[in-house]
Amino acid sequence: MGESGPEAPAPTLKAPLLFISVLLIASCGLIYELVAGTLSSYLLGDSVMQFSTVIGVYLSAMGLGSYLSKFIQRGLARRFVDLELGVALVGGFSAPILFQAFAHTHAFRVVLYGVVMVVGTLVGLEIPILMRILKNQVRFKDLIAGVLTLDYMGALFASILFPLLFMPKLGLVRTSLFFGLLNATVGLWCTYLLATQLGPTRLIRLRCLAVMALLAVGLAFAGKFTLVLEEEVFADEIVYARDSPYQRIVLTRGRGSFQLFLNGNLQFSSADEYRYHEALVHPAFGVKPDAKRVLICGGGDGLAVREVLKHPSVQEIVLVDLDPAMTDMARFQPMVRQLNGASLEDPRVKVINADAMVWLQETSGPPFDLALVDFPDPNTYALGKLYTSRFYRLLQRRLTDDAMIAVQSTSPLMARESFWCIAATMEAAGLKVHPYHLAVPSFGVWGFALASRRDFAIPTHVLPGLRHLSDETTAAMFAFPRDMDRVPTEVNRLDNQVLVHLYAREWRRWS
Amino acid sequence: MKRRDFLATSALSAAALACRRKPEFPFQGELVGPDLALGHWLRGGAFPDPERFEPVSVVVVGGGVAGLSAAWRLAGAGMDDFHLLELEREPGGTSRSGRNHVSAFPWAAHYLPVPDRGNHAVLRLLDECGVLEGFDAKGDPRFAEEATVRSPEERIFAYGQWWEGLYLRAGASAEDERQYHAFFHEVDRWAAFRDAKGRPAFSIPRSRCSDAPEAMALDGLSFAAWLDARGFSSPRLRWLLDYACRDDYGSRLDTTSAWAGLFYFAARKQGPGEDSRPLLTWPEGNGFLVDHLRRPLGDRLRCGVMAVAIRGEKDGVLVAAWDHLNQRRVGWKAKRVIFAGPQHVARHVVAGLAEARPAAARIRNAPWMVANLTLRARPKEPTFPLAWDNVLRDSEALGYVAATHQSLKDYGPTVLTWYRPFAGADCDAERARLRALDWPACARMVMEDLRPAHPDLEGLVARLDVMRWGHAMVRPEPGLLWDPAFRALARPFGAVHFAHTELSGLALFEEAQDHGVRAAEEVLAASGRRGESWR
Repeated sequence: MGESGPEAPAPTLKAPLLFISVLLIASCGLIYELVAGTLSSYLLGDSVMQFSTVIGVYLSAMGLGSYLSKFIQRGLARRFVDLELGVALVGGFSAPILFQAFAHTHAFRVVLYGVVMVVGTLVGLEIPILMRILKNQVRFKDLIAGVLTLDYMGALFASILFPLLFMPKLGLVRTSLFFGLLNATVGLWCTYLLATQLGPTRLIRLRCLAVMALLAVGLAFAGKFTLVLEEEVFADEIVYARDSPYQRIVLTRGRGSFQLFLNGNLQFSSADEYRYHEALVHPAFGVKPDAKRVLICGGGDGLAVREVLKHPSVQEIVLVDLDPAMTDMARFQPMVRQLNGASLEDPRVKVINADAMVWLQETSGPPFDLALVDFPDPNTYALGKLYTSRFYRLLQRRLTDDAMIAVQSTSPLMARESFWCIAATMEAAGLKVHPYHLAVPSFGVWGFALASRRDFAIPTHVLPGLRHLSDETTAAMFAFPRDMDRVPTEVNRLDNQVLVHLYAREWRRWS
Repeated sequence: MKRRDFLATSALSAAALACRRKPEFPFQGELVGPDLALGHWLRGGAFPDPERFEPVSVVVVGGGVAGLSAAWRLAGAGMDDFHLLELEREPGGTSRSGRNHVSAFPWAAHYLPVPDRGNHAVLRLLDECGVLEGFDAKGDPRFAEEATVRSPEERIFAYGQWWEGLYLRAGASAEDERQYHAFFHEVDRWAAFRDAKGRPAFSIPRSRCSDAPEAMALDGLSFAAWLDARGFSSPRLRWLLDYACRDDYGSRLDTTSAWAGLFYFAARKQGPGEDSRPLLTWPEGNGFLVDHLRRPLGDRLRCGVMAVAIRGEKDGVLVAAWDHLNQRRVGWKAKRVIFAGPQHVARHVVAGLAEARPAAARIRNAPWMVANLTLRARPKEPTFPLAWDNVLRDSEALGYVAATHQSLKDYGPTVLTWYRPFAGADCDAERARLRALDWPACARMVMEDLRPAHPDLEGLVARLDVMRWGHAMVRPEPGLLWDPAFRALARPFGAVHFAHTELSGLALFEEAQDHGVRAAEEVLAASGRRGESWR
């Protein structure tokens, strides 16, 4: 019988309304695909590869679903509602599941393609089953035309609204949960549309409500997921989050820029990081413009390397950063890679993943003639050791006699004693030190220390064509207003770690 | 099947199942030295003499810090004709260390408080090792930053979390705080004490301490009685002081003399009202110093050789020994012998000693268990981070030291050295208890002790090795230290001289070194080589 069934719609079935569900489930299906594709390109980089594989797996899974649909014989309406609930749960929770898998497991790709496969298969089952439900009410040619038209239109709506409305307003996690809720709503709605085919509906409707409640809870009290919790902390949408054995790395995006956080502490904002990195790199080159071998301790984001590569004299850069997750992100995460100009790929750059202090202590090699020290602020003992007199002594063992050193040394305004403690410690390690500072809006007033084993004059020239620094402004950075001027401090040694205590005390005032 | 057969079969099956059971721990390890059987063999009695006694100027018996320091002093005076006999395969005694692919680690003693300017022998040694960097304007020594314990030095686990420091301030009452300060005020008073000759009451080594009656009187009562008499009842304060006794002496408040209890704190003060002296340490603990002392010895150091009989003749001393590695008897005829082992061995080996010096029987040695845990990765540390010394308040053990702390490694694999003194009043009973523990029992003891602080530890341990020290450290029990008969044990017995930390009644590197240098200088003086003392 099949396609030669009754020509007129049965009065009990509401075919036009069922066609609207097609529009909605088509949108939902495409959204899950876009969520998975976007999320994996954020996290793994290489968006062409990510979108291609996600779409490929998703479409083939839909094919599998369509094939499997023939094995569903009876209770089509009931199966359809179940299907909606299944898609709602897996698709709706796909973004939180994938973020968690990336942050906490080593099997992200397995989870990614698993989720895409399951959602794709379920979505692939939807249309064939819906068509079989409708086949007795609608002529085949109208059925196929209507269903497919609405299916493709739903996809169009989704693909336009996703980047313009949902991503900017809701973010990935809430978008996926929201569409899960929509899927479940379609399921509930169908229990009314298909009431005659369903038999007793109370239990089915309860199930629908339970799934909707779960997704609503996910949406409202999304604090259960650390990522969403963090989004409230960070104020902007999280686009990348990873727990390495050393730290938690988070990228957020919002208001036209993006930010990197390590353990919740801002490391840079793409809006003004050029000010920070120009100030870290170019004054040292101003004193030693012919530097050939450059050592960078920390700075795994590759942004300091970007500035160093502007100097034609540089032949080799060794970057020692603790965390491979950090340098990998600098290489592969598209936003960071674009910002650092793929600096870590430059053939002059050698990346070493090691604790810089242990590396300095345990290795030897030809000396460097310029060193940039770009560690996070000393808010733990493990970081505090990187600001001790012992560190600066170990560093000097690897430098030429006239090498220049630049050290990021926290804010001379917010943490005045900490800032001068770093300078005093460098002096105690036998260095001549000239501290300087500038404004980096997302940080505040920020400070550095320029140092060398020999006496040197404050630089008056910098590379032309920089965005912030110029010959005129360079010398001005070395003058300190009265509220940031030198205060006497102890020397930060391995056996006292005074800086960690000082730093914690000073920053507590501002938080 | 009869009922009896059924029971027997069931019991057998159960036993078979038990044998096939999964190992209790997902890691391996072993009990390592000292060779208990070999040492106790001495008690057995008669040993035939070796075929010949090789002539030599001096034999030093015992390759711990006292014996190594005696050799160091002899060599320093140009007297190179000596042999140093060590029972174990490695010298160092309780300053021994080990090493694996992760780190070097101590097997017992692991730090040295920085010496004051008057402790010449330790300063000389640290200068040789490159740890002494010079002297400041006041004339006080300055030490290399990398050898001084890295901050954070200590933390304590209590109330389910780690806290900075060893004295638990969290939850302390005003009275606790008052007593804490009052106690350290007493310590300051004693740190400031000088007798008529200008000597301090407490100083390291103790040969520099005053024998004024008011100071010596402290040795007549226990630390517990001294605290009671002054109303020091704060549980936190008493915990701290009891911990100090267990840590340094393997004894408790009531088995430690008040003199020794105050010595622990007052002898380490830089001056009244000032902080305790900083500590020097290395990943391998005091093994760093042992390595320096052993390096120049070459084949004069004879390991695996146990002196079994020492007897004075009219023209020298005969030393009969068992070469365990080569399974043969060996012997030397020496002009002088420095016996740098403990008295409980000396009384079996040196002919006539036990009868002449019964006071030696008063010495009690506390047994210790030391475990080295090699970890693949660090436990999760949500509260105060890993320090050098990590102490659990509610434990019979002393906690652990992280070997990688001083080598600056804050991530990845590490070795933790866990210490437990068997501090019960009866040393012999405690020793029997320790000796009865096999490896699984030891491993269980360690893991159960650390579980409250590190529930995730078991999965991180790659190896757990255990050293059982039967006679780890002398206990300064009340009345021992200033007993004239005890102090006389350090005097020569014929041509046999004695050197051991035990002779101070305090188990410290500096004491062992002081006795080694003293004994060597006695030998040098007897052979007519009088020079300036290194002490």
